[in-house]
Amino acid sequence: MAEHLQKEIESLKKKLLALSATVETAVRDATLSIEKRDADLAQSIIENDIDIDGMEVEVEEDCLKILALHQPVAIDLRFIVTVLKINSDLERIGDLAVNIAERSVFLANRPGVGMSIELVQMARQAQSMLKKSLDALINHDADLAHKVCASDDIVDGMNRRMYLTVQEAILRNPEQISSLIHLLSASRHLERIADHTTNIAEDVIYMIEGRIVRHRAEEYK
Amino acid sequence: MQKGDNDMLISALESKASKDSITSSVSLGAKASLGNGNKTPDCSCRVIKSENFSFFYGRNAGVKGITMEVYPCSVTAIIGPSGCGKSTFLRSINRINDLIPHTRTEGRLLVNGHNVYDKNTNLVNLRRQVGIVFQKPNPFPKSIFDNIAYGPRLHGVRNRSQLQQIVENSLRAAALWDEVKDDLKKSALSLSGGQQQRVCIARALATEPGILLMDEPCSALDPIATGKIEDLIDRLQSDYTIVIVTHNMQQAARVSRRTAFFCLGRLVEYDLTAKIFRNPGKKQTEDYVTGRFG
Repeated sequence: MAEHLQKEIESLKKKLLALSATVETAVRDATLSIEKRDADLAQSIIENDIDIDGMEVEVEEDCLKILALHQPVAIDLRFIVTVLKINSDLERIGDLAVNIAERSVFLANRPGVGMSIELVQMARQAQSMLKKSLDALINHDADLAHKVCASDDIVDGMNRRMYLTVQEAILRNPEQISSLIHLLSASRHLERIADHTTNIAEDVIYMIEGRIVRHRAEEYK
Repeated sequence: MQKGDNDMLISALESKASKDSITSSVSLGAKASLGNGNKTPDCSCRVIKSENFSFFYGRNAGVKGITMEVYPCSVTAIIGPSGCGKSTFLRSINRINDLIPHTRTEGRLLVNGHNVYDKNTNLVNLRRQVGIVFQKPNPFPKSIFDNIAYGPRLHGVRNRSQLQQIVENSLRAAALWDEVKDDLKKSALSLSGGQQQRVCIARALATEPGILLMDEPCSALDPIATGKIEDLIDRLQSDYTIVIVTHNMQQAARVSRRTAFFCLGRLVEYDLTAKIFRNPGKKQTEDYVTGRFG
């Protein structure tokens, strides 16, 4: 019975890795589409989201099957619960990549407003957090997961600065207000991606250490 | 060859005549003086405390250096691979292992503060307050009524109406009364396996024990009968200290508040069941509960 369970868990890990790789690519391409003003790339992200949704449903069904048939306990139980939660976070990150792509389609057809450099820096930080949180999951690395939680504030700070910058730019160039608001929205989407990434890291800590560390942001300040 | 469970039980019960004169050190009907955990203050169940307790079959240790406290009025499960000593420990609590030749103990095993291996222990009284239910239902080849009344009669209850009351109360406590109340004269052996096991539980309850030991009580039963016994355990735990040995880890997880994991005669980990099955403290426990060894 234990061997059957381990085989199911290995298969689930592979599916989760495939999902996370697809989501990472979507976030990277969404940022790239803003940076390069590439509406086609942005459109492909929007169209491919259906694949992420399908993978999410498959991972969830596998988790439910394992819970029903094997009644896992201890580390196996914590792993399945963590996968269920991470699965939702990854799907939401995929949706946010689509939201960024939608802004990108709008921005690509308008004159440039600058500030894409700040946005790209923010995107790199969010992508780095996503990669580290997934590495922490695969390598059972609680220290790395803790670092991801601690770095959420960096993205929050970048988003706040972006808000002030956009506010000033609107006052300077009110005719660009639509583009600037789309840019600010993209910034907000990246900040939300970082939040979901932090959730993943917190779930990884639960899986490894067996303790719930959510709602303790002050520990990382 | 060791005696069967039924033989052991009969021998234990019928050792009364030769043991009656021994001073009773564990008084019957006394209220639990040690309070700890989830029970009512006037709860009559007993606390069990093991202090570096070892049990030897000849030169071989069945259990070694067990130190743990079983909390009153709750269910404690003992899990572990075959031969790990969980049944040995359980059967040491009411000294039913005494019936096996060439055995000896070290350390102390206290029931409500009294070392049950003390030479002054009255075994009849000990076994009256520490009831036991075995793996295979083992009703006596007697009527349902006589099975339940067996213990009280041995302890001198002769009044018919008093016996009837004890039988009814015990069968009600064992969730069997409604099923057998019109057939009390029927042989207990004619009942289904699950009903027979509840007769055995009712028989154990008839002597008003504070502690109920259960040695894999559901392993010979189908899932429906198992469910009934588990529901019964849940109901009984408010009035009894229950220690259950089980190979079924889902059952341990379902019915118990605390779980002890034994391996190779030693206590590896003892903690709240919720912790043992979610986040055990020891790798060995985790490997066992997740089926990676055992």
